[in-house]
Amino acid sequence: MLRLTLQETPSVPLEADVLSPDMLAPLTIEAIRALPVYLGKRQRRLADFFAVGGEAGDEIEIHGDLARVKWIGRAMTRGVLRIYGDAGMHLASAMQGGTVDVFGNAGDWLGAEMSGGVIHVRGNAGGQVGAAYRGAPTGMRDGVILIDGAAGLEVGMRMKRGTIVVGGPVRDFAGLQMKGGTIVLGQGAELRTGAWMNRGTIISLQPIPLLPTFSYAATYNPTFLRLYARRLATLGCVLPYDERQGSYQRYTGDAAVPGRGEILVWRPNG
Amino acid sequence: MLRVTGGTVYDPANGVDGLVQDLYIANGRIVDASAIADGARTIDATGMIVMPGGVDVHTHVAGGALNFARGLVPENQRAARKFLHRGDRRAGLGGMTPTTFATGYLYAGMGWTTVNEAAVPVLSARHTHEELHDIPLVDKTSLVLMANNEFVLDLLEAGEAERARHVVSWLVWAAKGYGIKAVNPGGVEAWKWGKNANTLHAPIEGYKTVTPAMIIEGLATIADDLQLPHPVHLHCNNLGVPGNFATTIETMNVLQGHRAHLAHLQFHAYGGDDWTTMRSESARVAEAFTANPTLTADAGAVLFGDAVTITADGPWQHLLYQLTGRKWGNLDVENETGCGIVPYVYKDRNLVNAVQWAVGLELLLLIDDPWRIFLTTDHPNGGCFWRYPEIIHMLMNAEFRREQVQQLPEKARQRIVLADLDREYTLSEVAIITSAGPARSLGLSRKGHLGVGADADITIYPSRPDHGFLFSYPRYVIKGGAIVVEEGDVREVVDGKEFIVRPACDERIEDYIRPLFEKVYTMSFANYPVEIERLRNPEVVVPEP
Repeated sequence: MLRLTLQETPSVPLEADVLSPDMLAPLTIEAIRALPVYLGKRQRRLADFFAVGGEAGDEIEIHGDLARVKWIGRAMTRGVLRIYGDAGMHLASAMQGGTVDVFGNAGDWLGAEMSGGVIHVRGNAGGQVGAAYRGAPTGMRDGVILIDGAAGLEVGMRMKRGTIVVGGPVRDFAGLQMKGGTIVLGQGAELRTGAWMNRGTIISLQPIPLLPTFSYAATYNPTFLRLYARRLATLGCVLPYDERQGSYQRYTGDAAVPGRGEILVWRPNG
Repeated sequence: MLRVTGGTVYDPANGVDGLVQDLYIANGRIVDASAIADGARTIDATGMIVMPGGVDVHTHVAGGALNFARGLVPENQRAARKFLHRGDRRAGLGGMTPTTFATGYLYAGMGWTTVNEAAVPVLSARHTHEELHDIPLVDKTSLVLMANNEFVLDLLEAGEAERARHVVSWLVWAAKGYGIKAVNPGGVEAWKWGKNANTLHAPIEGYKTVTPAMIIEGLATIADDLQLPHPVHLHCNNLGVPGNFATTIETMNVLQGHRAHLAHLQFHAYGGDDWTTMRSESARVAEAFTANPTLTADAGAVLFGDAVTITADGPWQHLLYQLTGRKWGNLDVENETGCGIVPYVYKDRNLVNAVQWAVGLELLLLIDDPWRIFLTTDHPNGGCFWRYPEIIHMLMNAEFRREQVQQLPEKARQRIVLADLDREYTLSEVAIITSAGPARSLGLSRKGHLGVGADADITIYPSRPDHGFLFSYPRYVIKGGAIVVEEGDVREVVDGKEFIVRPACDERIEDYIRPLFEKVYTMSFANYPVEIERLRNPEVVVPEP
């Protein structure tokens, strides 16, 4: 296992897309120390900021307050990345496979445009989780993002497939322009959830304010949720589906597009 | 002072075809051997290929439209090649719409040393010149959009040819331009009514008598009368539309006897009735073109992959947007022109795109005289300029070309003639279509050749004469006597010049334009013309009357 420790918080954001199993696993410790990172516009060595120890391999631990370290795990395809501390923007952006575990908070653009793999953040995340970058037509294409805490704006913006589960509250525009995939909101969301959504599913376990362009369709317990809940249970998430406990109200929209997405709002019995 | 010794020189303008010669450089020019003192630095070019620096006759590298495009495709910028700040080299991005400084590094890095920005509205000319100034390592010219300018069209309608000439002349100088550009004559004006101009001889929307043919003939005559170094630079009507070859040939008939440059001819050489029956008509266009010796053209070739289409042709861009269904930018440039931006992907599995790809190469191969057809991709419309070496390679290698054709869908192969063409470009012909020819067409007498008195813009390639990709990696690039690129890497950054034209003009024409301008424009007249002080390195060309 390779162990990296941030020596001190950089004064300006540090871009360190070399911090991924794909990049580090085949290298010697010396070669890893010499890898380029960018402090603002200046190119520096990884060893200028990180203490490097252990053995290179597909398992990497990073320690320290990494809130200003961007692009960790960029485009990684395999291995395990564990971050003990906060992680900066663009964590696991364009990720294709492997696992990222954050024992702290994550910044904006977590898992943006990812196409595979699993990300688990124990704290909060920023905005644009699993989103498409500005101008791009498609966000997350597959994979799973689990956030135990809260998340910011535009969660799952333009996502096409995959799953985002947020345990805490989410801010405005969750599922903006969504094209497919699933977003689970453990504690609901603020305004304009599902705006411009074409397809896909947003599941809220709390009542949420809905846009007038979503219309009520039915109250039911969809069969697919049973399967879905079983899959999420293996990742440690609980999704209710039992009709003895309650049912889902289904709303379709966004009629402004017009789209055929759905928002399912859990309503416990009694 | 500098010597380049032992290189195999291709200088077609001076009849030098692969001779081992030495070149001598002093004060930014090519000089006679006697002007060089002993001890001057010598570049040993033994075994290398020496050519005049490339000249791009039609590209879009600066100004309002391009900047709009940059903003419209941030997703492309993220994937673009990055230039990091280093010494006197500035940070920037390559990609489909490179940033200003990077544009210079990319052009020079490939051996091109002069570029012609092909579409400038007077209204945003100031912005264009600011950006052109920030494109280092290349000399620049720019062309002023005229064919939908309401002042000009109104005068054509009134039959006031002489006054129209003075207005055009005034506008060229006001924009600090180099010549006249005509885009979809009358069509962009009609676009303001939601229409287009599809036939050359019908009056355009909003006018009783003005037809596209009248505008084309009128501007070509004015360019000739003003003795502009570059003739009217024409983007014909019906760009991109199946069956448009007839319009293109009719345009050549309208131009008979006049000088003119037909821009991106590839986009104007299609047969068929609609998208499903579209086919190549390059042979007929090439034949008509060859028969009109006063015309030059550039290829506007298409390469498969990402592109961003940028043109003043607003109505066409709306149609293209409806076909792609993705992004569309539209600008109305007051009384002068329009502008449309649509990001586009050329796919080899797509019948229409495959035909477009073939037509560009077919025209380059079917038009026998390399002095009349030049290499362009209408950057960034058909592909990026930094992909030119891919096209050169295909022109030089018929076998490679056929392999590429084999990968196209069967349906597309039936509609093109590319596989039947055996011609292979020689290095001398490559030097003509990339440098000597466009320089001559632009009337830049010190560009595109290596004779005594020429600007010392020289590109030295390592010798792999069978291989077009060698043009990606020049060994040395010399710009105005300075060695700016070594081993494909920018070593020294020098500023380029801007060539501008001051045609003869009756000063009193301003009294005619001012009241009209103040009635219809949103800016004040005093702010409209670009001050000469705005240009950092201008070289003013005054045509002989």
